[in-house]
Amino acid sequence: MAFQIINNVKINGISACVPNEIANNNNLELIGDKAERDKFINTTGIEKRHIVGNSKICTSDLCFQAAEKLLESLNWEKENVDCLIFVTQTPDYILPATSCILQHRLGLSINCFTLDISLGCSGWVYGMATISGLMSSGNFKKGLLLVGDTVTVTKSDKDKSTYPLFGDAGTATALSYEPNSKPIYFNTGTDGSSFKSILIEDGGFRNFFSEESLKVREREPGIFRNNLQSYLNGQDVFIFGITKAPKSIKALFENFNIDKDDVDYFVFHQANKLMTEMIRKKLKIEPDKVPYSLNEYGNTSSASIPLTIVTRLKNQSATRNLKIVGCGFGVGLSWGTVYFETDNLICPEIIIYNNNI
Amino acid sequence: MKQKFIDQLKETLEIEERNISEADNFREYDEWDSLALLSVIAMIDEEYDVIIESNDFKKLLTVGDIYNYIISKT
Repeated sequence: MAFQIINNVKINGISACVPNEIANNNNLELIGDKAERDKFINTTGIEKRHIVGNSKICTSDLCFQAAEKLLESLNWEKENVDCLIFVTQTPDYILPATSCILQHRLGLSINCFTLDISLGCSGWVYGMATISGLMSSGNFKKGLLLVGDTVTVTKSDKDKSTYPLFGDAGTATALSYEPNSKPIYFNTGTDGSSFKSILIEDGGFRNFFSEESLKVREREPGIFRNNLQSYLNGQDVFIFGITKAPKSIKALFENFNIDKDDVDYFVFHQANKLMTEMIRKKLKIEPDKVPYSLNEYGNTSSASIPLTIVTRLKNQSATRNLKIVGCGFGVGLSWGTVYFETDNLICPEIIIYNNNI
Repeated sequence: MKQKFIDQLKETLEIEERNISEADNFREYDEWDSLALLSVIAMIDEEYDVIIESNDFKKLLTVGDIYNYIISKT
């Protein structure tokens, strides 16, 4: 178990941006007839999703607008941002790192520390652990963590095992060095033995892109995709989620003597309702402590935890300080739990991507 | 206990208008699909505290096979 306790870092604000286009699973013929669509929505909890579609919007575009809004809400001067971390599995280019492009686009100082991290569903927690660890010594005073994915672009629209589950989103989290802040606690883990459970086979340097990569093949009855589109072993990932997530949270509580009953909200990665409800029941948490955004946004990969905070806990965080557990789990396989207390957390209203900026 | 499991399976798969039995090959049910599979795994975990890994589940062919697997792990 990799436990960490980080002092002296305050979480100042969180924002999120989603594309304008909405896909509605009630009308998605891929899932099947009306009875099958109803059953799908009932079981997964996923009704609508904001998707980039054919717009060519990238994760960095969504994160850019989320960051602009957050900096404005916090009245932060751009030249004072010392570090920028971008977490995604849908970067702009193979190279350079998208965080470099974002440094310039956001107008941050050229003295800014920038870094890309390649993680999915556990990405916000890992990003928080990385940026808060970098900042706690006081060398960096202000930091931006941009996290998101346009994960729908990596799915085949002829694969009903993955396509109806996912949505796109970009988020921004602002942190600052504040010597008297409450500690932030982390527990993170990795099991690379199951890396093939969620995989895009071609297009990297292990299997170069080739003409073969574009060949759409039937992988299982009714499931078609090419080798540039993501495979997801639902059964393996489901079992992984319902076993690892509760263990990770329990271990964090035991290690740091945190009382489960003191926690106001448990924000789980929004995989699907069947999975998160299993995790909730295993931890014996009351339903009203577990907010969901997946009904409206689907599984948004690394963005799901901050997106859920922005869309479901914005009002509560504006009126009082909240004790929050965030837990992400997925591709890698990788998982992480964070526990923090908010202190006047600023969450601007969710941003619908504006094509004209 | 066996009948209780069969009833739980029937409920999980939302089979209402017919009976199911131990000898049934559950993969032939009209209701069986990838979501049904996950719902069954979740139900067994919740009710019996048993997780059936993918490789083991593949070997189970009938309703009775699932029941016997659970019994062997509890």
